[in-house]
Amino acid sequence: MTSSDAAVEIARPAASEVQRVVGRGFPLPIDFMFRKATVLAAFLVGAVLFATVIAITYDSWLSIKTFGFGFLFSQEWDPVAQKFGALPFIVGTLVSSTIAMILAIPISFGIAVFIAEIAPSWIKAPIAAAIELLAAVPSIVYGLWGLLIFAPVFGQFEPFINDHLGVIPGLGVLFRGPPMGIGMLTAGIVLGVMVLPYISSIMRDVFVAVPSSLRESAYAIGSTTWEVAWHILLPYTRSAVIGGIFLGLGRALGETMAVTFVIGNSNTLTPSLLMPGTTIPSVIANEFTEATTHLYLSSLIYLGLILIVITLIVRFAAVLLFRTLDRKGGIKT
Amino acid sequence: MSTLYKKRRAVAFVAGVLMAISTLIGVLFLLWILATTLKLGVSAMHWDLFINDTPPPGTDGYGLRNAFVGSLFLLGISLVIGVPIGLMAGTWLAEYGFQSRIANTVRFINDMMLSAPSIEIGLFSYAIMVDPMGHFSAISGSVALSILMIPVIVRTTDEMLTLVGSDLREAALALGAPTWKVITQITWKAARSGILTGIIIALARVSGETAPLLFTALNNQYFSTDLGHPIANLPVVIFQFAMSPYQNWQQMAWAGAFITVMFVLVLSIGARWILGRRQVQS
Repeated sequence: MTSSDAAVEIARPAASEVQRVVGRGFPLPIDFMFRKATVLAAFLVGAVLFATVIAITYDSWLSIKTFGFGFLFSQEWDPVAQKFGALPFIVGTLVSSTIAMILAIPISFGIAVFIAEIAPSWIKAPIAAAIELLAAVPSIVYGLWGLLIFAPVFGQFEPFINDHLGVIPGLGVLFRGPPMGIGMLTAGIVLGVMVLPYISSIMRDVFVAVPSSLRESAYAIGSTTWEVAWHILLPYTRSAVIGGIFLGLGRALGETMAVTFVIGNSNTLTPSLLMPGTTIPSVIANEFTEATTHLYLSSLIYLGLILIVITLIVRFAAVLLFRTLDRKGGIKT
Repeated sequence: MSTLYKKRRAVAFVAGVLMAISTLIGVLFLLWILATTLKLGVSAMHWDLFINDTPPPGTDGYGLRNAFVGSLFLLGISLVIGVPIGLMAGTWLAEYGFQSRIANTVRFINDMMLSAPSIEIGLFSYAIMVDPMGHFSAISGSVALSILMIPVIVRTTDEMLTLVGSDLREAALALGAPTWKVITQITWKAARSGILTGIIIALARVSGETAPLLFTALNNQYFSTDLGHPIANLPVVIFQFAMSPYQNWQQMAWAGAFITVMFVLVLSIGARWILGRRQVQS
């Protein structure tokens, strides 16, 4: 526990005692009303999470009743025959996010250590600000850039990927496909760039907050920068780093616009990452206003419910892991 | 001994180079995205954008007026809904809830809502507003945006009020001021710039949001300020125009993206500036 935390802890009970006494001494109705208004607002904030799950379950009830759990494993998505299944969308969501995380985790770690340990101090602030600006760019702009600028450039690299990665026995099947520019891999890369700032800024924050006595002892016995980063910083901040990764994963799983632009929107499952695919958010965004029947709409909302369940687990884990480090005192609040 | 030393130094050197390359990758992507948006956005700028409404498909018209007005309208209403709720909830956490179990539960849920996918909030607003009303509406879009704003405001308000020293509170209470007056006139005032920063960051966060608006405010080809009906807005217009085959529509998409990015950047930099000034003062 840091000294500022301790000061706050001591001050708090004292303030609350005073307030309670004053509250009894002057029973003003406006005091009571103000307090109740804040309680109501806090209740709304706490209730909205449950309200989301309940409202979306209610709206997807028709589809849940019709298809049950079989919905999760069915590949069929045929609005004309009124048959719906979620498998291609679930797989697409998981695959595109996995690609994003494989790319973003090592790069974020590199950026965080570079800013925290290696970079000369005059360059730290501008780089940190630049990376954080990446997080401020709206996802629709990522989508526009991905579709009209990045995909054509990336399409020219795809024959190269075909020729070199496509020949690897076993894994090669992932990298064979027509050079279209758009597809699962493109979506994964754009997603990776999007989650980069979230993961790296959390890692940087917790690395900087590691007590300098730990870091300096390691340097004093002759550790290199890399050894300090890998053997001191990372183990000490492990839970917050994993929390940050989960936070980025939650973003990637639920990202809609950037993915919808570049993934190609095809409901067919293929092993190749260069082929068009689809995700839960992008199919909802594409087909929501076209859903003509009740069952169709309800199935799209059922997909949304599946997404919520997946991201809720990820987000719960993320916040929980942060709290763990909070208590350990490695992070400043 | 000497080979081990050399090996360790080599590992550290390679790792350092890889980290510098990672940083370079991050910065280059930012520059690439910003430069493209700037270049194509500026070349698509034209006064007509601010005078005419969005043209029907296949025509030569050029304009985004209804989308600009619609977006500002949606953001304004969402501030009206989101700021009071976020401010009051943050106040309860910092001034009444403290570290109680229930306050910490609310904080935990709020942190989870902070990273909620925006599409989920859009579906929620659809379920509670659009579905019962029977049609898409501007107000449901604003509700969705305000739900996205509230967690940011709650968190910054809570943190900033907690930072206000208890000496200020105790001095006011000792003078006989009732609690609500202490909060509204002393602690809110002391934490003013921090709370304002939170509101600006919340606004910046939602101003480019597209996904929740697809199920709520939808889009409108015409100029409208009617809360009960679909309203044109910049993000959805960018989405629809970028996917279209028409040259002038794609150009307008870039113009819209440029203006959205500029708006968000100005807000983010403004928030940093306010916070920086506050730190200098204290």
